[in-house]
Amino acid sequence: MIGPSASRPASASLRPLGDRLELVLGGEWRITGEPPRWTPPAVASKPSALVCRLDDAIFWDSSLVFYLTTARTWCDGQKILFVSDALPANLIALLAQLDRAVATPRKERAIGMVSLVGIGAQDLVQQFTGISHFVGECSISIVRLARHPRRFRWKDCLNEMQQCGAMALPIVSLVSFLVGVTLAYTAAIILRLFGGDIWIADLIGLSVTREMAAVMTGVVLAGRTGAAYAAQLGNMKANEEIDALSTLGVAPVDFLVIPRMLALALMTPLLALYANLLGILGGMVIALSILSIPPTAYWVELVSAVDFSDVTTGLIKASCFGMIIGMSGCLRGLQADRSAAGVGKAATSAVVTALILMVVADALFAVIFNILGW
Amino acid sequence: MTDPSQTPSPPPAIEARGLTCGYDGLAILRDVSFSVRAAELFFVIGGSGCGKSTLLRHLIGLNTPMAGEVLFNGLPFEDKSEAARRNLLKTFGVLFQSGALWSSLTLRENVALPLELHTRLSRRERDELAALKLGQVGLQGFEDYYPAEISGGMKKRAGLARALALDPAIVFFDEPSAGLDPITSRKLDELILQIRDTFGTTCVVVSHELASIFDIADRIILLDHEARGIVAEGDPRVLARESEDPRVREFLRRQAP
Repeated sequence: MIGPSASRPASASLRPLGDRLELVLGGEWRITGEPPRWTPPAVASKPSALVCRLDDAIFWDSSLVFYLTTARTWCDGQKILFVSDALPANLIALLAQLDRAVATPRKERAIGMVSLVGIGAQDLVQQFTGISHFVGECSISIVRLARHPRRFRWKDCLNEMQQCGAMALPIVSLVSFLVGVTLAYTAAIILRLFGGDIWIADLIGLSVTREMAAVMTGVVLAGRTGAAYAAQLGNMKANEEIDALSTLGVAPVDFLVIPRMLALALMTPLLALYANLLGILGGMVIALSILSIPPTAYWVELVSAVDFSDVTTGLIKASCFGMIIGMSGCLRGLQADRSAAGVGKAATSAVVTALILMVVADALFAVIFNILGW
Repeated sequence: MTDPSQTPSPPPAIEARGLTCGYDGLAILRDVSFSVRAAELFFVIGGSGCGKSTLLRHLIGLNTPMAGEVLFNGLPFEDKSEAARRNLLKTFGVLFQSGALWSSLTLRENVALPLELHTRLSRRERDELAALKLGQVGLQGFEDYYPAEISGGMKKRAGLARALALDPAIVFFDEPSAGLDPITSRKLDELILQIRDTFGTTCVVVSHELASIFDIADRIILLDHEARGIVAEGDPRVLARESEDPRVREFLRRQAP
């Protein structure tokens, strides 16, 4: 870098110069190589000064600055004068710059325990107000779009319905079928002990239609669609696309959120209905293979146990879960930081928020349906 | 004794020979040849879409040329073994247009990462060197900030500090002034000049900022979209004054063709 490039290794030699020591530095000093480390000289009597000088053919970079800083620190400790007059001006400037950089106090970033608790509490309040504000905005938007349906982005909504509905069929099929299989297999072992083999149909029918189909579809969609919404909107925010919408006088909620929420609210119950069939089919396979119950007997028992209200409660839940997933994905996407890490965090946060809210909603539904006697 | 007149002159720091650059079989630049001397402030200029950034990506090895070769200190880039390529890449620093800082790392960690990967410095030394580099670009005290917490100009400067972490022999700048106000842009130009003067670094700058070009460039090449190559090469001040080529006059003197 400085001086002509030399192909010899970096060197630092110390030699006596009267009552002083001379440090001659030469060769190629590269930070990516293996430059010498400062080693205190072994001399009988303490020198009065350490005089530094560069060889004519030296090639140096930051590694030499470090070396000289260490040597100077040693000199200061030993009360030996460090003489750098013979060094080039730019090297002396860099030595001073390193001193300043190390001495400059960092901007205060440490946070105390009390502040942490305060920040946590504030964050919690902000989360709550953020969700409330967003729900309010969505409600206003729904009313506005109901009054002016031509403003609604039907094309976007249909596209999203295809993305979150039809495209999710394979994974929903697999998960629902396996949930039916797992439930039936676990139940079969117990029911056989009591001779109640046929009740496997009741158990599968009720648990799948009332709970499992809606919940598992919700979990799949939270991971698949909710995270995708958060990443999409987070990227749009980072690219200032959302700001561009606002400057056009278009509410981002009208344009981006409601079509997605509606798509999920419509498609989740359909997927849950499909998941009901696959779950029941999974149970039927196990009933036939493990308990030797014929499909007709399984079906007759299932139809006698499951009524219309069981299916509708599952579908109502699924529709609500769909709205929760859409809302969580869009909310976290709109709240994302304008960076790659922010988008990643938004996607994770969308899934976590959706799952927590789904569990809370499921508990509320259990209480409400119990009161209503459904 | 060796006759000084017989001593061969050192090879250029960078030399492009018959370089054809493009993507997916579509050539954006054809048969481009130029050389950059050591410690030179060399600008690649031209209008939007003329292939400046494409040329840069080919120079730094992110894309493979469709034809031709790039030589660094007389040695071809492409033919090198993986280890030799890695060693060569250690001598490059690149400042990307957006700064390209890793958003999950603090500025200190951003600058210290190349040091961690390519040197045997201790953690304390890496942190001190990162502080030095950030200090050199005027970001002293911001070591623990994340990229999302600083302004666009600061991001560029932090990106430059990272590009300088390994004291590279060559630094490539992709549109360093893009998106910056004139004052920040001028300060960045001064910084580039200072780096070149302090460390003797070869600087290759892709830009279309006339103020920067006239202020600090030693030499330029002007790329043209229609010609798909270089239409002028030399000192920008001389070219602006003397060139009769309408494309040069249009670009450097803002005259209608």
